[in-house]
Amino acid sequence: MMLLNGTGLALVRGGRLLFEGLDVSLDRGGGLHLTGPNGAGKSSLIRVIAGLLRPTAGAIERPAVALADDHLSLDRELSLRRALGFWNVPKLNGALDALDLSRLADVPVRLLSSGQARRARLARVLASDAPLWLLDEPFNGLDASSGERLRLAIDRHRKTGGAVVIASHQPLADSWQEMVLSG
Amino acid sequence: MLVATIVPFAVGPDAQLLGRIGGGALWIAALTAALLPIERLVEPDRADGVLDQLALAGVTEETIGATKIVAHWLTFGPLLLLAAIPASIMVAIDGDSLLRCLVALAIGTPALAALSVAVAALTAGLPRAGALAGLLMLPLAVPLLIFGAAATGADSGSALKLEAAVAMLLVAGAPFVTGAAIRAART
Repeated sequence: MMLLNGTGLALVRGGRLLFEGLDVSLDRGGGLHLTGPNGAGKSSLIRVIAGLLRPTAGAIERPAVALADDHLSLDRELSLRRALGFWNVPKLNGALDALDLSRLADVPVRLLSSGQARRARLARVLASDAPLWLLDEPFNGLDASSGERLRLAIDRHRKTGGAVVIASHQPLADSWQEMVLSG
Repeated sequence: MLVATIVPFAVGPDAQLLGRIGGGALWIAALTAALLPIERLVEPDRADGVLDQLALAGVTEETIGATKIVAHWLTFGPLLLLAAIPASIMVAIDGDSLLRCLVALAIGTPALAALSVAVAALTAGLPRAGALAGLLMLPLAVPLLIFGAAATGADSGSALKLEAAVAMLLVAGAPFVTGAAIRAART
């Protein structure tokens, strides 16, 4: 069953054509890996899929999405558990466990290290019940074991009928459909 | 309160003169209170991606605008109305005028809050947004202040109605301006 279907997508940003005639589609269990040089439009495409940017041309159908980009979007003064609890996070405890954040759940967000904060913004996605995950450079700033935990969580999500779009410079397994944006 | 304390010192202790300009002083206090936090109303949420995540959660930008207006008003409106009572003593406003002034402020402060949020959203992300916001807000706040201050004086009926009309326009329009500005800031 098709989760995401975008056809003929084009985006002009700041007077520059980032991509045109782009088709993206993902079935349940699918994974899309966006690659390409800096400035090629990977993050912009993710924001188009999320519905935050309107494509200059083309149409897109998508389910509810969860997005992790480079913004933290958590109240710095609250504990991690309460700050994440502000958002739609039905699977919060599982997500904290999956990313090894459980023992930090009562620590105020402002005291988290940058790597821990990166895990916190991924935890919001893991804890959501959105079928489509959009992850912008999710492996940046993660240590080896956290990266492995994230890979496991992503695989679990795909096995249970979810789909994932990742923009990353890191190589991923063969089960990922790769799309190269040339800029 | 600060404004009401400074005005008698700046103008001199002439009770008649103070009584005439006192209502205006309270309006300046209201405008200052609405304008002071303007750079913190929308910009931190935009820069931290909170507005994006809210959009993904299905909250419309107009709802965000309306909520921010209510929240902003709560931070200064009720307090200002309370503070106007001791302040009226300092600027020598008598009981009747005070009552008219409180009614006018109660109608006008939500409009000031709405205007601040809309202007804050329009200037979010720009350098030195605070200065620009003040300039943008000035002409839009003038009708409200004219009728509001007039409603504080004697023979206030028609001025109060005009003030209410301006306030209604601002409160009804601001959430849509805010929503459109938040969306426009994403490109």
